[in-house]
Amino acid sequence: MSAIIQTRNFNLFYGTFHALKDVNIDIPKNMITSMIGPSGCGKSTLLRAYNRMNDLLEDVSVNGEVIVDGKNVNDPGMDLVELRKKVGMVFQRPNPFPLSVAENVLFSVKIHRSAAPKEYGDIIEKSLKAVDLWDGLKDKLNTSALNLSLEQQQRLCIARLLPVKPDILLMDEPCSALDPIATGHIEELMHHLKANYTIVIVTHNMQQAARVSDYTAYLYLGNLIEYDLTKKIFTVPKDRRTEDYLSGKFG
Amino acid sequence: MQKSFSQKRLQEWIIERCIYMSGIASIIFVCLIFLFLAKEGFSLFKNISIFDFLLGQKWYPISTPPFFGILSLIVGSLYVTLGATVIAVPIGIASAVYISEVAPPRVREILKSGIEVLAAIPSVVLGFIGMMTLVPWVKNTFHLSTGLTAFSGALMLGFMAMPTIVSIAEDALNAVPKRYKEAALALGATRWQSIWRVILPAASSGIVAAVMLGIGRVIGETMAVMMITGNAARIPDNIFQPVRTLTATVAAEMGETVRGSDHYYSLFAIGIVLFIITFCINLIADFAVHRKAK
Repeated sequence: MSAIIQTRNFNLFYGTFHALKDVNIDIPKNMITSMIGPSGCGKSTLLRAYNRMNDLLEDVSVNGEVIVDGKNVNDPGMDLVELRKKVGMVFQRPNPFPLSVAENVLFSVKIHRSAAPKEYGDIIEKSLKAVDLWDGLKDKLNTSALNLSLEQQQRLCIARLLPVKPDILLMDEPCSALDPIATGHIEELMHHLKANYTIVIVTHNMQQAARVSDYTAYLYLGNLIEYDLTKKIFTVPKDRRTEDYLSGKFG
Repeated sequence: MQKSFSQKRLQEWIIERCIYMSGIASIIFVCLIFLFLAKEGFSLFKNISIFDFLLGQKWYPISTPPFFGILSLIVGSLYVTLGATVIAVPIGIASAVYISEVAPPRVREILKSGIEVLAAIPSVVLGFIGMMTLVPWVKNTFHLSTGLTAFSGALMLGFMAMPTIVSIAEDALNAVPKRYKEAALALGATRWQSIWRVILPAASSGIVAAVMLGIGRVIGETMAVMMITGNAARIPDNIFQPVRTLTATVAAEMGETVRGSDHYYSLFAIGIVLFIITFCINLIADFAVHRKAK
């Protein structure tokens, strides 16, 4: 497997709290990798380390390496704009901008000046088609994104990432605000996107991890306990703690 | 048992009535004020046409025959208000953005309390300081015969409107959900792009309200303008000439009028004009805020 993200002896502290401890994990390209574990285990923190979103919090310090596409993202000279163009993120709560559907899709194009205005129509159509929103919304491109259903909003948030042409999509519990049917739709979408993108998903939902992902990582109290093919983790876990969590003894 | 129940109901009833009365009282007071203003103000128009009043350029209320044209006063208020708005709005919004989005937490706390202090300074004190420092500075810098000008008033009032604009605009910016900013940054936006393209538009209605309330404060301000704008009741050619505002006229002349005279009524009529102007501004601010609520 060729790893697109490599995490080497990575530690992260919130103030004095040691949130991630010596994490080593390789995320394979064009696969779906899920991170599971009880609340507070550090799975979201690890995800946010990949596009340096933890920078928004005060008093965060790190050591060790997170290498995305050959570059250590914690290098002082790292260009955050470039990193975040390469590594897109979908959040727990759908967070479309309070702008029209079209403006949401075009946001990245406009800030990065990556296309001429005459291409805007194509970009909107392609991006919305990729997330199966085009047929429903092609006549509503100018309505506010906040009027959409939650599922549509989350799809739009994924569509919004595509014009940036990221290699990696980070998804932080992308379905936790959605009902089971919408969740099923988003999972299906992830399967389609896998061909072109590497997806890392954090989820509370073990069944979801089992359904969608190729690889699964189990984190507990800031430690990476076990990381392997999803099939193996869910059938023959090596670590007792993984087994206990998966069988519902705690968590 | 039965008795205490009915006692409780009585107690509830009294409390409800009291709250109801307090709520109604504010409306009643506004109505009474407006009625009084209207009764006194409209008496002027028995003797003087409303056009002569609004569009007349001469304000000589105690000469014979008297002239009650307030156009020069309206223009004076307009000059000072527009000047203050041009100064206060960009600086006020910029400093709200700085406090809410850019400043580190310690600086933010210091700036916020600083702005509260600025808001707490009585206008007469500011007027006095302005008279002693700003007025000579304007006179010398622009080589004028007097520093008591519309420009000095605009500068001073700009300062006075700033705390209102900054604190309300800052609240509006803080009310923008953090997830919009996260989304913008995660898409590779710089901090400035996320402010300019996401946060400011999302806060726009609150910022409009802040600006409107700031302008309302400026139009209603009396003491400081009376002290530093020179109070010449003539239409100025430019902003570097003395002007007299509506508010300053009422404040300066109310003590010298004979009750029931045209002069007395004309000051109330000026009050009506001011009332209508501020009412419109508040209406616009309200409209802006409610547009967001939709």
